[in-house]
Amino acid sequence: MDVAILGVAQTKYDGKKEDYNYAELVYEVTTQALEDAGMTIDEIDNIVTVSNDFWDGRTISCMGVQDACGAAYGEGKNVSTVEGDGTFGILYGAMRTLSGSYSTTLVVSHSKGSEGNSRMITNAMFDYIYQRPLGLDAISSSALQAREYMNRYGVTEEDCAYVSVKNRKQAMQNPYAHLGMDLSIDDVLNSRPLADPIKLHDASPVSDGAAAVVLGNRVVANKKGRKPVWLKGIGYCSDAHFLGDRCLAEAPALQKASHKAYEMADINNPTEDIDVVELYDAFSYMELMWLEEMGFCSKGDGKKLTRRGVTAMDGELPVNPSGGVISSHAVLVAGMARVIECALQIRGEAEGRQVKHAKTALAHGINGPCAQSHCVMVLSE
Amino acid sequence: MGQRVAAVGFGQTYHRSRRDDVNGIELIGEAVRSALEDAELTLDDIDAVVIGNMDHFEAVNYMDNWSVDGTGAFMKPVFKVTTGGTTGTTVGIAGYHHVASEMFDVVLAIGWEKNSESDTTGAIITCSDPIFDRFSFSGALPGLAVEASAYMKQYGVKEEDAARVAVRDRRHGALNPYSHLQSEITTEDVLNSTMLSYPVKLLDICPRTDGAAAVIFAGEKKAKRISPRPAWIMGTSVRHANCYFGDIDYTANDSLKYATRELFGNVGIKEPLKELDLVELYQPYTFAGLKWMEYMGICGPGESPQLVWDGVTDLGGELPFNPSGGVLCTNCIGATGMLRIGEAAMQIQGKAGARQVEDANLALATGFGGTFWTDMMLLSSRPW
Repeated sequence: MDVAILGVAQTKYDGKKEDYNYAELVYEVTTQALEDAGMTIDEIDNIVTVSNDFWDGRTISCMGVQDACGAAYGEGKNVSTVEGDGTFGILYGAMRTLSGSYSTTLVVSHSKGSEGNSRMITNAMFDYIYQRPLGLDAISSSALQAREYMNRYGVTEEDCAYVSVKNRKQAMQNPYAHLGMDLSIDDVLNSRPLADPIKLHDASPVSDGAAAVVLGNRVVANKKGRKPVWLKGIGYCSDAHFLGDRCLAEAPALQKASHKAYEMADINNPTEDIDVVELYDAFSYMELMWLEEMGFCSKGDGKKLTRRGVTAMDGELPVNPSGGVISSHAVLVAGMARVIECALQIRGEAEGRQVKHAKTALAHGINGPCAQSHCVMVLSE
Repeated sequence: MGQRVAAVGFGQTYHRSRRDDVNGIELIGEAVRSALEDAELTLDDIDAVVIGNMDHFEAVNYMDNWSVDGTGAFMKPVFKVTTGGTTGTTVGIAGYHHVASEMFDVVLAIGWEKNSESDTTGAIITCSDPIFDRFSFSGALPGLAVEASAYMKQYGVKEEDAARVAVRDRRHGALNPYSHLQSEITTEDVLNSTMLSYPVKLLDICPRTDGAAAVIFAGEKKAKRISPRPAWIMGTSVRHANCYFGDIDYTANDSLKYATRELFGNVGIKEPLKELDLVELYQPYTFAGLKWMEYMGICGPGESPQLVWDGVTDLGGELPFNPSGGVLCTNCIGATGMLRIGEAAMQIQGKAGARQVEDANLALATGFGGTFWTDMMLLSSRPW
C-alpha cells in the first residue's frame, strides 16, 4: 500500500482539560503534527476530521474545528468527517490517498469526555425500545461480554487483573498517559466494583485529548526528510448489533479484520512477524480476548500469554507499551493514539517505552457496543 | 494509482413527512433493497458499506453499528461519515473513495433521516457555537434569511423571482413518484404563504421528510458488467470553510465559488450553462436557486432571475435544475445530498421516467450544510 505516516502528534491525556476547548485541542495537535512531518498547512491537500455529536454535545460537531484543522485555510481545503474511532479516520484518509485524488492527508481527532455524561452517551448506542430502558451502557454491556468470555474459557478476574497491572505500570513510562500507576493484583481485585466482573481498575478512565496524523503517498514520502512509517495492511469489519444476536465470548469481526490486514501486509505468522501490538483495551478482559482473535494464541490462551510475561515490555510480543486505552481513554482519539504509538515505536522514538527492534506493529481500534466493529492496521518501516 | 468509479444503482424510499409504517432500520432497508434491485445485485455482491445521518435527529449514537440489520453490513466493513446538511454528499464522496482506492469493487453508500422522530430545529440549533452564535443564528432559517435579504438589496431581486423557483421545482416534483410534496403551486401561493423570517416564506423553504437513499458505486471493470450505462464520477470538490455563522460573507457564497472553481478547473468545464446537461442543486430555499447559480458561473451576478423566468432551468430548458423536484419537495436531511447524486446518476442512466432530461450526459450534484458549506460531484455518461 502506498500510504505512509509522515507526522504524528497527541496531547497529554487528562481527566479534565478546562483550559482548552475542542478547537484549541485540534489546533495544537494540527500544528505539532505538521511540524513533526516537516510540512506546512500549504502542503496539505485534504483533511479528515473525527468527532461525535453525542460526545461533543453539539450537532455537526465537526463545525467547531474547521478553522483549527486548516480546512478553512486560504480558499479552503477538501475535507470530510468520520464519526467513529480514530483508526477509521486514518482508514478513510488512506482511502483518499490511494484513490489518487490527494497526495497529503491530515487526520485529526478530539474528545472531551469531561464535558459529557458517558453513561447517557453510551446508553444511546442501544435500541431505544428494548435495550435502553435496561440501563445498558459501555460498562454494563462490556461486563456481560467479560462474563460470557470468562465463563466460556475459564478466565478468572485475577487473569484480567494482570493486564491492568502491566498496562498501568507501563503508562508511567509514557509522558502522554492519563493514569500511570504502580498497582498490585490485589489493588485491582479489591477496587470498587462497577458492573460485575468489571472493577474500577479493570476499566479505562474517560479522558480529554486530541491527536493528529499526517499521511502521504509514496511521492511525498520519498521527498520528505523524516523516516516514513508505512501502512501495510488495513482490515475492518462489523458484527451484528443486538447483543443477543452475538456470542459475546467471540469476536469474529476482529478475526476477519485481522486476516484482511495480514493478507494485505503479507503476514503469515503474526506472532513471528509482528514486533509490537497497540490494541484497544477499554477494559482489562479485552486485551486477552483481542490477542486471541488476532491470532497471537489459541482461544482462551490470552491469559497464559499475559501471565507468562510474553506481552510485557521485555517479552516476545510487547502489548500496549504506551499503557494502552486502560490508562488513557479519550474516546475516538484512543484508536488514533494506538496508531501514533506504533509509528513512534517503528521510528525508534518511543523513549522510555521503546520496544527493541520494533519494525512491524499492529494498531487496533473499535466502534460500538462490546466492540461491534474492529479496525486493524499493520504498520512497518 | 486508483481506479475509475461509476454509480451503477440507486434506490430511495417513498418519502413522506411521517413514515409511521417503518422504523429507522426498516426505512434504510427499503432504500438498500431498492438500490440492489436497481443494479440487479444481491447483498453478497456488496464489499463494503458507508452510511451517514445527523445523530441528534434520531438520537442514536454509533448509528453505523445500530443499523446493520437495515444496511446489510453484518460481517462487512462499515463506517459512518457525517457533516450536517452535506452528509448525503459526504457519504457519496466517501463511497467514491472506497472504490477509487481499489480497496473495494462494489460499495453501498447510504444516507437517511427520520425527521418525524425528532424536533428538527431543536436538534439543529446546537450546531451553532454556544457562546458566539447560538443566540442569533439558531437553526437553519436565520442564515438563509440574512442571505436572501442581502441578495435582494444587492441586485434588486424580488420575492416573486424567488417564488418562480418554487413553482418550477414543485412542477418537477409532481412528476417524481418518490417525492414528498407532489402538488403544483403558483407564484401567488408562494407570496401568500406564511412569513417565517423575512423574506423567506413557508413555500420558499424545504419541508422536513422521512426517507432514505442508497447509491451503489462500482470500479471500472465491474461497472460495465453491472450497468449498460453507468454514471461515471468525473470529480468531486468540497469546502467546509466556516465555523461561525457570524464569519460568513452573506453577500457572496465563497464555498460554492471555490468548490466550483476546483471542480470545473480539474474537469475542464469553461461554460457550465452550455456544457452541463442538468443540475441537482442542494437548494434549501428558493433564493438559493437564483443566487447560487451565479456563484457556479452559470450566469453573471444578478442575472439569474431572468434565466429562471425564461424557463432556461425548467425541464425542457437549456439547463434543467432539480428535475427530481429537488430539496424544496423532499428533504430527509442525511439523505438529501445522496438524493442529488442518485437523481443525477439516474438521469445519466436514462431511468428517470417522466422527469427524464433528454441527452443527459453531464450532471452536477451538490450538497449544502453547516455554515454555508458546499460539496460537489460531477457525473458523466462517458468514462473519460
